[in-house]
Amino acid sequence: MIAALVAIGAPVLAALASIGRLTRFAVTALSRLLQPPWYPAQLAQQMLVIGWLSLPVVGLTAIFTGSALAQQIFIGGSRFNAASTVPAVTVIGVVRELGPVLGGLMVAGRVASAMAAELGTMRVTEQIDALVTLRTDPFRWLVAPRILAAVLVMPFLVLVSNALGVMGGWLLATQRLGFNSAQYLATTQRYLEVDDVVSSLVKAGVFGFFIALMGCYHGYHSGGGAAGVGRATTNAVVSSFILILLSNLIITVIVFGS
Amino acid sequence: MIPRIELTGVSKRFGSRQVLDGLDVAVMPGESLVIIGGSGTGKSVTLKCILGLIPIDGGSIKVDGQEVAGLKGAALDAHRTRFGMLFQGGALFDSLPVWRNISFALSGTPADRRSAAIDNLARVGLAAEVADLKPAELSGGMQKRVALARAIAARPPIIFFDEPTAGLDPITAAVINRLIRTLVTDLKITAITITHDMASVRLIADRVAMLHAGKIIWNGPLAGLDACDNAYVRQFITGSADGPIQMPGARP
Repeated sequence: MIAALVAIGAPVLAALASIGRLTRFAVTALSRLLQPPWYPAQLAQQMLVIGWLSLPVVGLTAIFTGSALAQQIFIGGSRFNAASTVPAVTVIGVVRELGPVLGGLMVAGRVASAMAAELGTMRVTEQIDALVTLRTDPFRWLVAPRILAAVLVMPFLVLVSNALGVMGGWLLATQRLGFNSAQYLATTQRYLEVDDVVSSLVKAGVFGFFIALMGCYHGYHSGGGAAGVGRATTNAVVSSFILILLSNLIITVIVFGS
Repeated sequence: MIPRIELTGVSKRFGSRQVLDGLDVAVMPGESLVIIGGSGTGKSVTLKCILGLIPIDGGSIKVDGQEVAGLKGAALDAHRTRFGMLFQGGALFDSLPVWRNISFALSGTPADRRSAAIDNLARVGLAAEVADLKPAELSGGMQKRVALARAIAARPPIIFFDEPTAGLDPITAAVINRLIRTLVTDLKITAITITHDMASVRLIADRVAMLHAGKIIWNGPLAGLDACDNAYVRQFITGSADGPIQMPGARP
């Protein structure tokens, strides 16, 4: 009986301790955003790395997915005479779900891994200790600018993702499925609501926070040489994927559930 | 005279491993202490405990007579302004050019900081052209010199050197050793160096302490090192495989 309790209790306690450590890390990082010194050059550099350099991968993902979605809606809709719903369902599907989620996952794959690898390498080569001995708070210099940059640029990336996703659907529908361009765009505009865009941007900000938080947390706490940095990178990507999907579900239920 | 740094009964445990076990050592102002000892005996941990990078489990650490163990926040930051540190691998920031690495903790305009960086590069025997290079473009010896320039840039009264010649060829190691000795003497710095390299010990040290099993087992002036009859010290300085010091994990 006691052995069974231990078997259940040990992983539960470990999970609670991990949540506590992560929460403390996030609170520390956020508190550094509220008081100087700030490092605007670090913030600008991270905005460039996370935002500008992620545009190609996010854009391509959106175009291909938007096109594939339009094709599938057309095929599925044709079965019950609803092929004309392609523009409406495409824009709702892209803006509410696929744009932010796929954009978030692509940025997580690119950015969370890079952050974990960079901070992990800095940890194992004692660069983070060196920062401390040079009277620079690693949370201010490394973590806070990354989190703020990700939260600021993700909505912009998702806006681009949404626009390109809808454009991908429009391209396929007008070039391959025989839709009239003006009618397609008019229907798209009619079915797109402000709530759709707002929820999309809110999701983007939340995803940006989790991507940077996971990248920084796992990198900052990495150890054990090259293998430890590798583990930190994997954990950063996996955990940010899970948090993106979980928070997406929660936001979707809150905004659209009623 | 009050020691610049005084450790009394310092203990530190990582999991089941007792790394420091009642460590006692003191360094006087302007003195260069070299701590020797095998790998994994807690030499680097000792330095990190003094800097407040690792909290101690017990004992006392005093700097200029003030207790510093357990300091937090602004008091800890103020404590750290007294130190410079040369890390074993240099720990230069990859993303910054050499001059920004050196002037990282300095205040002033970028032009002033760059000028100060070039002055410090000259002190460690490097040309001004190095200032704009990235650390990855430098050889191991040049990286160590840049790290040395960064450690002295703010003119701290105390500098720690963690394995300053590790991974360097004998000639570059000799240059680094001589630089450290010159800087310690010229800038009147209190220094603690940790090393396995006996050539470094003989060039850098005023006094030598040997760390073994978490304790200082011998402590004396450099001149007394060769005449010392402590079996552990004898084995270490002669580099013998036979003696009381066994490699961790070795078969009995």
